[in-house]
This record gives sequence, C-alpha cells and structure tokens, in this order.
Amino acid sequence: MKTLVIADHDNGVLKPETSKTINAALKLGFPVNVLVAGESVAPLSEVIASIEGVNSVLIADNSEYAQQLAEKIADLVVSLAADYSHIVTSGTTTGKNFMPRVAALLDVAQISEIIEVVDADTFKRPIYAGNAIATVKSLDSKKVITVRASSFDLQGTQAPAECVTIDAVFSSELSSFVSVEQTESERPELTAAQVVISGGRGMQNGENFSLLHGIADKLGAAIGASRAAVDAGFVPNDMQVGQTGKIVAPNLYIAVGISGAIQHLAGMKDSKVIVAINKDPDAPIFQVADYGLVADLFDVLPELEQAL
Amino acid sequence: MKVLVPIKRVIDYNVKARVKADNSDVDLTNVKMALNPFCEIAIEEAIRLKEAGTATEVVAVTIGAKASQEQLRTALALGADKAIHIETDEKLESLHVAKLLAKIVEQESPELVILGKQSIDSDNNQTGQMLAALTGRGQGTFASKVDVANGTVNVTREVDGGLQTVALKLPAVVTTDLRLNEPRYASLPNIMKAKRKPLEVIAADSLGVDLTPRTQLVAVHEPAKRSGGIIVDDVAQLVDLLKTQAKVI
Repeated sequence: MKTLVIADHDNGVLKPETSKTINAALKLGFPVNVLVAGESVAPLSEVIASIEGVNSVLIADNSEYAQQLAEKIADLVVSLAADYSHIVTSGTTTGKNFMPRVAALLDVAQISEIIEVVDADTFKRPIYAGNAIATVKSLDSKKVITVRASSFDLQGTQAPAECVTIDAVFSSELSSFVSVEQTESERPELTAAQVVISGGRGMQNGENFSLLHGIADKLGAAIGASRAAVDAGFVPNDMQVGQTGKIVAPNLYIAVGISGAIQHLAGMKDSKVIVAINKDPDAPIFQVADYGLVADLFDVLPELEQAL
Repeated sequence: MKVLVPIKRVIDYNVKARVKADNSDVDLTNVKMALNPFCEIAIEEAIRLKEAGTATEVVAVTIGAKASQEQLRTALALGADKAIHIETDEKLESLHVAKLLAKIVEQESPELVILGKQSIDSDNNQTGQMLAALTGRGQGTFASKVDVANGTVNVTREVDGGLQTVALKLPAVVTTDLRLNEPRYASLPNIMKAKRKPLEVIAADSLGVDLTPRTQLVAVHEPAKRSGGIIVDDVAQLVDLLKTQAKVI
C-alpha cells in the first residue's frame, strides 16, 4: 500500500494546499510519494522533497505539463497508478479539474473534498454545502481522493527525500492552452485569505463597498459579498461567498449588513471566528457569529477602520 | 451542431438540508426540489448557442426517479427541443451517472455537452470530467465564457486566482460556473408549449451499465454547531476581544 500525492503549483510557487494535502495523505498510514508535473520544476521538487513525511518526489518536467491541462495530467497520473493504493490531490481548481478524469480512466469512484480521514477506506466529507457531513467508505480497491486543504495542517520540514525523474511524456490533441489572466489585485484571493470581510444588501449600493476597503487593507483581507448584494448589482459575482459562490474558511470572517441567508451561511460558516455587524438584532447571521455588533454599519465601519 | 445538456433535480438552494434522526442520510421528505442552479446555467448557455445560430438542437437529459421529469419539463420550457429521462430509483454515484450519460452521448452524438460543474446536494464536482474521460473528449471545466467556432470551442475557465482559456477540439465537454450567464425564467406560454415537446423515457438498467455501488454511505451527521457567540457593546470592545480573546488580529 502506497499513496501518490499530486502537487499543486504554478511552476514557480508550491501552493500551500499541497503541504496540507500531504498532511491528510499521511493519515492514511502508508508511504507518500509526491508527483510534481510542470515546466522547469526542479526548484519546486526540492521544496517538496523537504516537506516532512515525503518518501520520494517524482518529477515530470516538460512543457507539455506547464499549464496543468487535465487531459495530459490525467494520462500521466494513470500511467503511474498501478503502484499506488491511494491517489490524492488538493481540491483546488486544478485538482478538481483533472482528478475525476483520473478516477474515470481507472474505473473507480472519486471521494471529493475530504475533511477527515477515518481510516484508509473511510472519509468524512461535507455535502449540501456543508449543511451535513457524510461518512463515506470506498469499496474500490484503489482510492482516488481530493482533499479540502483548509481542514488539515501544514507539514513541517525534513532532510530532503530522494527525487526520481519520470521520462514518459503525455501530450494530447484534445485541448490546448490559449491564455491566462491573473486577477490583478493587491488583496489576497477570497478562497486563500486569512481574513475576509463581506458586504450584503445592507451596503445599499456598490459605492458603499469602498467603506470596506480601508478595513480590508489594514487586515490584509479579501473582500466578499452576499448573493443579495451580487443580485442587486452592487458588485460582480466573482465576489460572491455562498453555496453557489465561493466557499471560504478564513481565520476571521466579518459579515457586514448581511442577514445570513442559508445560501450565504453555507459558504462561510466554517470560518474560525465570525463577526457580524447588522442593525437588525434578529438577523440569523447572529446565530453563527462569535461576536455580534448590533449597529448601523455606516456608523461603525469608519470607527472600526480607525480602531484597527 | 447538437448540444446535450445533462441536468439534475436537487433540493432547492433556499432550503436548508436536514439530517434524518437515524443519521442514515439527509431527509428529503416533503422538501422543495428544483433544478440544480449550475444546470440552469448550462441550459441557458445551450439555448443562447441555439439563438445565435451556432447550435441547431438542444437535448436535455436527466437520470433519476419519475419526479425528475418535472425538471426536464422546465428545461423544455426554457427552450430545449427534446428531453430524455433515464429512469431509476437507485441513488447513483457520479461514475455511474457519467457511464449512463456516455451511452446517451453514443446514441445522440452531440458535438457539445454542457453541464453544471457540480450539484448542490452531493457537491462532488466529478460528472463532467468523468464523462469527458469516458467519451475520450477534451474538457473545459468551470466555464465563465464559451466561444464555438471552426470545430473548436474556446472555454474561459474560472481558476484559483484568475481565468484560464483553453481551446478544445469538438466534440467536447464543458462544465458551467456561476459567471457564465444569468439564466432566464420560463414564460407561461413556453411552459404550456413544453408539455407537448417530446420526452423519451429509458430504463437505466436497459443501458448495459454496471451500477454496482462503489462507495457506501456509512452515516450522515449535522456539522458541529457553533458555540453561542456574544453581542458586543461597541467597536472598541469588538477590536479588544478580537485581539485578546480570539487572537485573530
């Protein structure tokens, strides 16, 4: 029994989700090898080899893998699968993209976004946007798993493990890379931020979201919004936190002028600490908040910015 | 060009899922059901392709119990030309669903399959990718923009930290993300018209797919409840507690 973890990276930087995924993979109880597929990934492979618990690093270094296209990565992973009982990656957009393809090609089920390893066959995962937690047992001989990294800890470091080069190259005619457009923002990504401040319908209009900017700058926070604020046209829908938007679990979540509809709670209730600011004392958001402030947001936001 | 849109009947997104008292599953008795939100976006995109003259026919397909024909009728009312119901009372997994859909792809030969990136019940985010693998097609997941031209579909994908555009050779599979479009509502005359559109029913077990479970649902629990919070008096107290008690700033 052996576990293969596929590293998530952008050729230059290793995503922190990878270390947390290795943490989850080690809980399966078997040696963990890590595959890094990309272009010019030698420096990355050294970083991975030094993550505590890694047995060896498999390096697939080729321009074919530079963009992490699912068709090629899946074929590469399938070619290595015979040696492994468990194949694991993080539930990032990269992992979510190629991993089900791996599962289908291997004719096994995928267990998506696990938050706990019960034993080598059994896992806990959120369903219904986290409103229920399912305990699922895999009946397949080979397990294909994605990990919700925010539920696991970062690994420490170790003396570098051995690195092995994979020579086989998989190309595909099915898809090709056209372009990439990185979000230009001084602020962190919603799903990766340690602090998130979100505005709801109570913000009244898009301009008022600027009241959140100063606070976000001071806290290094990402700015989100409720579906109500998005539907009202205050802000674009890539800012939406909720069941059909982004699922976030930062250390601190500040909900401003958000009533707390089920759809919104589903996207943020796993945050470590929740602060709610709302002038309606009966707003459901207060039921999930650790700290509630019943007040007019237009009074307290400038005060909060000052106080930080 | 024919477009196939697989859809799913799920709990309405405004309804909170409740766990059964015996922890065997989520309780869906007398719960309002609806079309999965990402499937609505998939239907809308297919219909826009038809309105633009790119697609010639839109076929909606679903897998489930008899009641899921309601969602097929919704798809027809929104503008799909015909519907296929793969009937089963079994609770199927993504791999089974993808295999059944692969049979429909074989039968219908659509050049494009558009489906939601995930359903809001099982939250698996697997079916589209699995279908692409099983049918040997390229995949454009989490689409926020779809452009079809000259035997290729360009798909702009919502990825962590930005947008990635890939070109897929047709035939291909696309899964929808939230920003792709804003779905329309069905008009009353179209709802009436939808009742006369063709709806073919196929028994799931007649398609020659092994539907043996690959996973076992051991239990379903409520998530850990958040312990009761406190109401603070003012901003000063809030900031103080965040610093000294919660230690998050």
